Amino acid sequence: MFQVRVHGRGGQGVVTAAELLSVAAFMEGRHAQAFPSFGSERTGAPVVAFCRLDDREIRLREPVTDPDTVIVQDATLLHQVAVFDGLRPDGYLLVNSARTWAELGLSGFAAGFTPSRAAVVPATQLALREIGRPVPNAALLGGFAALTGQVSIESVVAAIRERFAGAVADGNEAAARAAFDEVRAQSAVPANFGSSHGA
Amino acid sequence: MVLRQIEGSRGVAEAVARCRPEVICAYPISPQTHIVEALSAQVKSGALAPCEFVTVESEFAAMSVAIGASATGARAYTATASQGLLYMVEAIYNASGLGLPIVMTVANRAIGAPINIWNDHSDSMSQRDSGWVQLYAETNQEAVDLHVQAFRLAEEVSLPVMVCMDGFVLTHAVERIDVPEQEQVDAFLPAYQPRQLLDPAEPVSIGAMVGPEAFTEVRYLAHARQMQALELIPRVAADFERVFGRSSGGLVRPYRTQDAETVVVALGSVLGTLKDTVDELRDQGHRIGVLGIISFRPFPLADVRAAVGQAARVVVLERALAVGIGGIVTSNVRMALSGNGTRDYTVIAGLGGRAITRASLREMLLAAEADRLEPLTFLDLNRPLVERELARAGERRMSGPAAENMLRDAGPATPWIG
Repeated sequence: MFQVRVHGRGGQGVVTAAELLSVAAFMEGRHAQAFPSFGSERTGAPVVAFCRLDDREIRLREPVTDPDTVIVQDATLLHQVAVFDGLRPDGYLLVNSARTWAELGLSGFAAGFTPSRAAVVPATQLALREIGRPVPNAALLGGFAALTGQVSIESVVAAIRERFAGAVADGNEAAARAAFDEVRAQSAVPANFGSSHGA
Repeated sequence: MVLRQIEGSRGVAEAVARCRPEVICAYPISPQTHIVEALSAQVKSGALAPCEFVTVESEFAAMSVAIGASATGARAYTATASQGLLYMVEAIYNASGLGLPIVMTVANRAIGAPINIWNDHSDSMSQRDSGWVQLYAETNQEAVDLHVQAFRLAEEVSLPVMVCMDGFVLTHAVERIDVPEQEQVDAFLPAYQPRQLLDPAEPVSIGAMVGPEAFTEVRYLAHARQMQALELIPRVAADFERVFGRSSGGLVRPYRTQDAETVVVALGSVLGTLKDTVDELRDQGHRIGVLGIISFRPFPLADVRAAVGQAARVVVLERALAVGIGGIVTSNVRMALSGNGTRDYTVIAGLGGRAITRASLREMLLAAEADRLEPLTFLDLNRPLVERELARAGERRMSGPAAENMLRDAGPATPWIG
């Protein structure tokens, strides 16, 4: 079983991200379970959603406390909420930011990860450019596909197109593909975790 | 077979629509709202027709409209949760007392105060003696399938049926669902043929006052109907399997109970986490099994007794609390095992959305196996938090509102546990 935890803020499409990921995996014939953390969702408040992927029926209903991947949709949560809890050093970490690990104050932390499994992607900027709104969720799913290989970018795009229509679908697809390329390019070269841990 | 990756609420709405309800009345309350929202969209678009969607001013009105609709021969459906269920209680008893086959989803949620939107079974458990059939879904697939079975069951025995599904845990989970196809549902569920009908052409009255001369007999009849339902539920499930090609529903569902020394009894979505936990324990040589109860009313005494078999002990995992005594399901299970000599433990878990984790279940089950468990255990209870408030109340008369005190003591919640 592969477990994903998505952290973000109300209004950023955190729950939709987990749901779209589950749809993408479903389209590949896999079992997937997406569910929100059922908090009092308010715009701007910290929100968490979960997604489990497996090749057989998923019976487990507990929240994901030991994720294989953490996706952080809003970098302002990094030092506010325990987003990394339970994430192992061989897990995957994807953060939405236009800044570097060092600028995020995470160079030491990120250096503990396998370089090809930690990535920062400017998903909000990509969303603003492609969709015209700061909704980073679809872009991050493109980044997730490149980082983990758990789903293909084509399945992510198909899930986006099942949910959205017209210009919104086009924009989200473009953002997802751009993030996919960005993360893939990062994985091709050793990660730069910052000056003190520079590769 | 049409597999779709959709929210549980959406799956239930699709299934209910294929049952061709003629009247749907609803008042919104989380976590049930997505179901009736999806149904209202289907009525508005004309996809579900003929059907009247009645938006009412309260849950009391929702059940009252369902009663009126059902009495005029319409297939009637509504959904609610928590405080909403409590608000319709008087009408709930009328629906069952009159023998009207209404189907209602209860998206299980805690009851306040303190106000809490999250999942437990306090709401539907409070209506266990209302005369309604109560079926509890383990998965979203089962929630979908139970609704199709519920209409057939309700109409055959002239009793209303509550389909209980865990709020948020199931209603808001997106997963794979085989949505029943219209032709299959039509083959399984015949058109509603009422036993009683309010018809201006042939006037009758429904809801007479009954005095001591016949009240006991009318009440006994309600019990007799539930005993008929006990016979019918497995037959309906078998028919369902024949038409739809998958097993869903029935009275109970044993899992690895053969040769088990310990059997854990539970209802609803926690059964999945329990099965994963028990698989791990089985791999390590522990003789432990799980018994899921699908039909809580009528309660399948003989099936529970047979499934528990020669186990030395049962652990009843309850998502509701009978304040002042402990377990609700436990007392029913104990009746099923009367004279068996089986030790029983009550474990109250998952109240108000507290996550029930494999780690906590495992630790609890190992303690039960060693008979180290208290007869009444509260899983993951933060005892210092309780003791602090008890101390505060002991120290001074004006100790203030307890929930607010304890919330302040507890500090900020871990944002994903809940």
